[in-house]
Amino acid sequence: MKPFLSIEKLTQRFPDGKGGELTVFEDATFGVEKGEFVVILGHSGCGKSTIMNILAGLADPTGGGVIMDGQEVKGPSLDRGVVFQNYSLLPWLSTLKNVTFGVAARHPEWSKAQVTEHAVKYLGMVGLEGDVIHRKPSQLSGGMRQRVSIARAFANHPKLLLLDEPFGALDALTRGTIQDELLKIWGGTEQTVFMITHDIDEAILLADRILLMTNGPFARVAESVEITIPRPRSRTEIVEHPNYYAIRNHLVQFLGRRSKEMAGSRTGTDTNRPEPMRIDRTAPADEPESRRPPLRAVND
Amino acid sequence: MQGLSLNTRAAIMSVLLLVGGLLVWELSIPAQQTVGELTEYERLTGGGEARAGVPPPSQVIVKAWEELSNPFYDAGPNDKGIGIQIGYSIYRVLTGYALAALIAIPLGFLIGMSPVAYRALNPFIQVLRPISPLAWMPLALFIIQDSEASAIFVIFICSIWPMLLNTAFGVAGVRSDWVNVAKTHELGPLKTAFTVILPAAAPTIVTGMRISIGIAWLVIVAAEMLVGGTGIGYYVWNEWNNLDLTSVIFSILMIGVVGMLLDTMFGLLQRRVAYVE
Repeated sequence: MKPFLSIEKLTQRFPDGKGGELTVFEDATFGVEKGEFVVILGHSGCGKSTIMNILAGLADPTGGGVIMDGQEVKGPSLDRGVVFQNYSLLPWLSTLKNVTFGVAARHPEWSKAQVTEHAVKYLGMVGLEGDVIHRKPSQLSGGMRQRVSIARAFANHPKLLLLDEPFGALDALTRGTIQDELLKIWGGTEQTVFMITHDIDEAILLADRILLMTNGPFARVAESVEITIPRPRSRTEIVEHPNYYAIRNHLVQFLGRRSKEMAGSRTGTDTNRPEPMRIDRTAPADEPESRRPPLRAVND
Repeated sequence: MQGLSLNTRAAIMSVLLLVGGLLVWELSIPAQQTVGELTEYERLTGGGEARAGVPPPSQVIVKAWEELSNPFYDAGPNDKGIGIQIGYSIYRVLTGYALAALIAIPLGFLIGMSPVAYRALNPFIQVLRPISPLAWMPLALFIIQDSEASAIFVIFICSIWPMLLNTAFGVAGVRSDWVNVAKTHELGPLKTAFTVILPAAAPTIVTGMRISIGIAWLVIVAAEMLVGGTGIGYYVWNEWNNLDLTSVIFSILMIGVVGMLLDTMFGLLQRRVAYVE
């Protein structure tokens, strides 16, 4: 059976400006299950953002395709909400209007009061209440702006939520706070999330599964690392977990060394399926099976 | 002086400059000699006639008071109140300007959205734009056969370019992120144009409109001097022919005041549509 979101033999080539072609990635194939939080991790320039744009429907792939919930992805859709790195709020609208803008697009049949009520509820979920919601984005801090953007995306209940380096432009402290908030909102939903980042700790904290991308050109999704740390997670507690450093070291090794070694060559196979990887240092003897918190289902 | 706010100090300085300037002007006008002091020779050669000179400000103020206290009188084709003359000018400017906006803003939108249209139309715009609007006057008079409509056409042709270019520039410069937001929310092309592109480009468009209204007001004076009949431009020229320099100076001041008011209106509009990124 196909996963909820199936990326099949996705290939992207651009003209290189010298008459030739530059292959960003070729035959990338992977899946995301419903309700799963998948993070894609890789160096800049490896084509993460290109994959994101294709999933959002803002760009067309050279070859292959994306199937979500049995339907081929063609063009942008309200079923796929996007949080961009630079927030992409409309600066001439107030914070509240930026969210009602999205809600009204999703539910054209709703009354104005319904739309506003729904928007206020989701702004409240990211901690924006009272006077603040009538301010313009330019009067908010970067962290608050990204909260608005997250509220706008969650308020629309998209089938798939795409996060394009959402915390990339924030300082470390703010980033931590908003990561916690994102986990809190996401925890209450069955929202499927696909996120891009180049921050390893952020990926471990948030993800059910991390896809590792090699460097371009001919980048590929080389591994799919299951995060064997039970939820709910918090930034201070996960570092104590025996699997944390094992997973972290694996990721650091990959980004630091193997992503380069594996780069730049064609694999010769038809489909570049990521190799599943499970790192679990929790010995079952110390901890009986029944007491272990359940892990989420993982693809492959 | 130190304790006063910047605005108050500036206002005091403005008043001082005004009073000082008027005083210098008043004193630099030589008093008219009276007939009794003239020699017989001077009287025979016409020296006793009141010499046409630049009037002192006191005369202009008296004239202004007279005109402004009854601005809408109409005593025949060559004797109308200043309010009526300015009204005609504003009517022409606004008509020509509105027609130009009606064409320039939608067309600018199309040009801004389409790089092909931009490149295709650019040579025409570049050639037509630097033409002095008054150069169109003979052609307009010949084709339209109506001086009133020709004046409006001249306003139309001079105010269309800044609005067209600024609209195209503003629309082309809308950040792709905002357009992507519209796309991911499945907004149609018309909805995107009105809810995203128009507000995003509005500050640039209104700047173009403000430049246009300024140019239109400059041009209407010259155009009305040519077509005659009514309007503040015609009034200036008519008073020059009457050698009534007091009226000429008064109407020059009125042109300035009306121009300032038009500009202020667009300045307010500009503030309304402005946003900070």
